Amino acid sequence: MNTDALVLMERDGAIAVVLLNRPKQLNALSTELMDELAGALKDLDADEEIRAIVIGGSERAFAAGADIDELSRATPIDLLYQRRMENWEVIRNLWTPLIAAVSGYCLGGGCELALTCDIVIASETAQLGQPETNLGIIPGAGGTQRWARVAGKAIAMDVILSGRFLSAREALAAGLVSRVVAKEAWLDEAKRVARAIAAKGPVGIRLAKDAVDRAYESPLTLGLEYERRALYLAFASEDAKEGLNAFLEKRAAQFRGR
Amino acid sequence: MSEVESASPTPPPTQEDEPVLTSRAGAVLTITLNRPDKLNALNADLHKGFAAALREARADDIRAVVITGAGRGFCVGQDLTEFRDAPDDIADRLRTSYHPNILAIRSLEKPVIAAVNGAAAGAGLSLACACDVRIAADSATFVPAFINIGLIPDSGGSFFIHRLLGNARAFEWMASGRRLTAARAHAWGLVNEVVDDDELPSRVAEVAATFATLPTRGVAMTKRLFDGAGSRTLEEQLELEAQMQSAATKTADFREGVAAFLEKRDPSFTGS
Repeated sequence: MNTDALVLMERDGAIAVVLLNRPKQLNALSTELMDELAGALKDLDADEEIRAIVIGGSERAFAAGADIDELSRATPIDLLYQRRMENWEVIRNLWTPLIAAVSGYCLGGGCELALTCDIVIASETAQLGQPETNLGIIPGAGGTQRWARVAGKAIAMDVILSGRFLSAREALAAGLVSRVVAKEAWLDEAKRVARAIAAKGPVGIRLAKDAVDRAYESPLTLGLEYERRALYLAFASEDAKEGLNAFLEKRAAQFRGR
Repeated sequence: MSEVESASPTPPPTQEDEPVLTSRAGAVLTITLNRPDKLNALNADLHKGFAAALREARADDIRAVVITGAGRGFCVGQDLTEFRDAPDDIADRLRTSYHPNILAIRSLEKPVIAAVNGAAAGAGLSLACACDVRIAADSATFVPAFINIGLIPDSGGSFFIHRLLGNARAFEWMASGRRLTAARAHAWGLVNEVVDDDELPSRVAEVAATFATLPTRGVAMTKRLFDGAGSRTLEEQLELEAQMQSAATKTADFREGVAAFLEKRDPSFTGS
């Protein structure tokens, strides 16, 4: 493994662990890092053997934001031509479940990266926030939309307008993270969750992730229809037959991902 | 990001002028509040020095911290002349000067011992109670002080003293404002140990040195587990124990502890 790389990637059975590697900058998301991250995730997403991906930083910081130095030197046309949103679209369009292992600073673009993931496991030291307004700008990678949808107006406005950070427990209460773990377990717990997901029927998992994501895109009636069609599709899979039969036969299911 | 303080532009004052002094003895860092003529009353300069000392305490090779006061007193709380001369909003002062230091004591990943050498009053009492262990000199006294000028227990006093004494005693005592002797404080469980005045330095050094030989990571995790135990459910606490125990078994000190036990010898812990 090239430890000079901005993104460290490791396969571990049916899961992969992707760690941001700019410790001196607290993993500030430079264009270069985002390019590498999107590239690594795309490769993993294409590998059917990888059933869940953990994204993390270090115990000290998940990611403390965008690269301010880079931003301060950029013109709007620079930002357009950097095609920054494409990297975020790549991450958003993965069909492999993404688990964010968040410890320490998870701010600005770093927080938006965590919110783009499917599951967020926060260590007790995690601090989540969107301090862009301190710099005279706004969250531009989904922060305003995701905080409003997930946490509701009251918390979204407070965090985004005042620049305040949420502790791990506050983030749990606000619905941004689903588990708070001991500081030492920041990565191990995320891997544990990833392995549990990786052991389930991949067809069902991919369709379920898609259906939950869909809930934010359409009215309830349409969402319910979408879910039902996805269920019928899941039923068409060998995994569903295997899963249901295994349950009735009181044995462990052997999923093949078909 | 460097943790080292940048050099000041003017010649640095002699150590004795500093409002907070630090000294090392092996893996023990002693932080001494140093305004003895004011019984170590807290002002902005002292808070700054204290913050710097607490940052110094974060170093991995420091495995126990002692906080004590120079001269007759431990710490008698907010300097009221500063209060009178610069009456900015107390809430801002608490948030910017006091709270970070109190929080730093709780988040230090090593045991913090308050060597209460004299009067601990007001925020000085809160400060002593924010530490993990309190060893008091026989003549030390504990004074709520806040209520005597119509104020509430701040700097964590309302939290720590309530936790140490239970609601009944904590409320009655803090609302009364009366002075407690070291003996009474010990009987109440506010203080872990009372020693003769002239034996305090040596006893604290002994206790601190012992702490410094323990598996520091295990001690730090124990500290964190206890800190939240009052507000977690049993299920949450059990889950946290499982996570931390898994991490504890990965430490060098765990391997050393088990090896020493099996080889029937004394362990030698490195704190990692």
